[in-house]
Amino acid sequence: MMEDLSSYPLELGGPNIPMVRFMKVRKSYGDLIVLDNLNLDIAASEMVTIIGPSGSGKTTVLRMLMTLETINGGVIYVDGKPLTHMPQNGVLVPADARYLRKARSSIGMCFQHFNLFPHMTAIQNCMEGPVLVLGLSRREAQERAEELLVMVGMIDKKDQHPSRLSGGQQQRVAIARALAMRPKVMLFDEVTSALDPEVIGEVTNVIKDLVFKHRLTMLMVTHQMGFARDISDRVCFFYGGKIEEQGSPAELFSNPKSKRTQQFLSAVKAAD
Amino acid sequence: MKWDFAFTAEILPKMLWATGNTLLAAGMGYAIAAVIGLLFALAQRTPLRILTYITREIVEFIRSTPLVLQIFFVYYVGPEYGLYLSPWVAGMIAIGLHYAAYLSEVYRGGIESVPKGQWEACTAINLTTMQTYRRIVLPQALPPAIAGMGNYLVAIFKDTPILSVIGVAELMQAANAVGGQNYRYLEPYTMVGVIFLVISLTSARAIRWFEATVRRKLGMQ
Amino acid sequence: MTYASFLADYGSRFVDGALVTAIQFLCSLGLAVVVANLFGLMLLSSNPTLRRAAVGYVEFFRGTSLLVQLFWLFYVLPLFGITLDNFLTGFLAVGLNLGAYGAELVRGAIQSVPRGQWEASYALSMSPAQRMRRIILPQAFVTMLPAWGNLVIELLKSTALVALIAVPDLMFEARQLNNTTYLSTWTFGTALAIYYVFSRFLITPCMRWTERVMARRIGRA
Repeated sequence: MMEDLSSYPLELGGPNIPMVRFMKVRKSYGDLIVLDNLNLDIAASEMVTIIGPSGSGKTTVLRMLMTLETINGGVIYVDGKPLTHMPQNGVLVPADARYLRKARSSIGMCFQHFNLFPHMTAIQNCMEGPVLVLGLSRREAQERAEELLVMVGMIDKKDQHPSRLSGGQQQRVAIARALAMRPKVMLFDEVTSALDPEVIGEVTNVIKDLVFKHRLTMLMVTHQMGFARDISDRVCFFYGGKIEEQGSPAELFSNPKSKRTQQFLSAVKAAD
Repeated sequence: MKWDFAFTAEILPKMLWATGNTLLAAGMGYAIAAVIGLLFALAQRTPLRILTYITREIVEFIRSTPLVLQIFFVYYVGPEYGLYLSPWVAGMIAIGLHYAAYLSEVYRGGIESVPKGQWEACTAINLTTMQTYRRIVLPQALPPAIAGMGNYLVAIFKDTPILSVIGVAELMQAANAVGGQNYRYLEPYTMVGVIFLVISLTSARAIRWFEATVRRKLGMQ
Repeated sequence: MTYASFLADYGSRFVDGALVTAIQFLCSLGLAVVVANLFGLMLLSSNPTLRRAAVGYVEFFRGTSLLVQLFWLFYVLPLFGITLDNFLTGFLAVGLNLGAYGAELVRGAIQSVPRGQWEASYALSMSPAQRMRRIILPQAFVTMLPAWGNLVIELLKSTALVALIAVPDLMFEARQLNNTTYLSTWTFGTALAIYYVFSRFLITPCMRWTERVMARRIGRA
């Protein structure tokens, strides 16, 4: 069934336009509703962390924003402009492939399993997008990639293939690869979940740098409560496809209001 | 019946020349199959359902029916509609299409072996579909496909004797001719067997070596 | 002449041919299964002589072309005083050739049975024969069935080559009819359709059914 889209603005106006806005977003697979009527704003330079039990739809939020999943209702805006839809004759219609491709260029993403290109070296992984998509010369792309590899501490391994790198090293290269596209919004999808405990720190330190030195807009899904508490401006607790509770890390972790949030946090604490 | 070495020496040049034709037929047939097979494989990955369905059926039909019959069909049916094909052309079309159906399955398997995360990473750095295939998916689909592609290269080579049924002057045809003229079949047919054995065993080894080399070159251990 | 009257006139020839093809198919399948199991087990034997013999057999039959083997049996063997009936020559060649491919499937399937299964039966003090018969082979059988599905289709298609040594199978009848009627599209087209029906609507469903039944019997899915 087609939704009536005439109530959604073609563009967000006024002061304080959020960097990302989810507006009444719905996602379902057949009868299974994954996200129901999601409304979420993320301000420029804000770091928002999503926590919640598995199956609560938290990863889906990131995948929708990366346009890896199509949404079944509502509209997502990025930097004031619609991402999932495009204006046509004064109303919004579902975006076509060409529009989507242009719109998502302001989003970057890092994955749980890194997804580095195995047939390319670390630096080639970081140059591929800038050369092919942004049209940089190889020289410019290489300079940019080297700069970023220095930042994530991987410059000495730049000519290694991913199979020669540890999980933590691969994830750091993956972060550099995403940053090389100069995204306005960075998404981190459980980037430490597939890592051995002793290398988690090298990845979280890179992300901390991004938060405190570079003030990128970021949206992160993680199971590491301590990390979320340290670096987030805001934490959202998802439960059953909805935001059950959100607030500053201090509020949410020290003084959760919802019963479900309390249960979740105490279960996580018990497991640590 | 004794092996006649003088006769063997006499017909050897003719047999070797025909071996050249056999290799040529296999190479040309394979080149056609490699290209059309890729089209078959990609046609089955478009969002157009009907195209996927039709291609699937064509591939299934070709794989389910004998090559020798397909060769006859292509060679004899053309003239009924005023299209006269030489044995070489008809043979190349038939064997090329036949192996295109097989190679499309190899390609498909290779492409499907590329993890979903690779496609997602390409979306995340905003590559186009073409760029994704060319730079990321096909290079990774290649190494797992090499063994299958190599097997079919050897297979197409071993099927070239069937082309003799419409008179393509390859090795089998030469053996038939030499045998018929001299009423001696032992030497020509045995020589054909030996030539085939040597070439297929060598190429099987070469393919294994090639696969290992490509994997190493692409840094996939 | 319409296609209906063509079928009315010559339909019985197609039926005769199809019957011969069916019998050729069944005979060569039986032979191929026996050969495949025998040589497949020999490939895994701890006795180096047996193993080398099996490797030699498989490499020889896979390395030389089926058509070459067929012609060799048909034209060369009589020179040594061994004259086989055409029909017998046909299914011998097809069965021996496809059996060599089958042997590789048997070997691969047995090797794919997890090491733990061998160790568990060893720990239960089973004899090697018991272990093979009761534990390893049943699992290997289910593993290799899908690959045999493809091989059986290949076998059916290979039987079309026996037409070239004048076994009156479907391919042979189609060729004869083409030579007398010059109606190439109809003769070869009809034969292609019959082969297609055999593969797609008889053999494939049978193999799928066997796969399902056997998988259920050993408790997989």
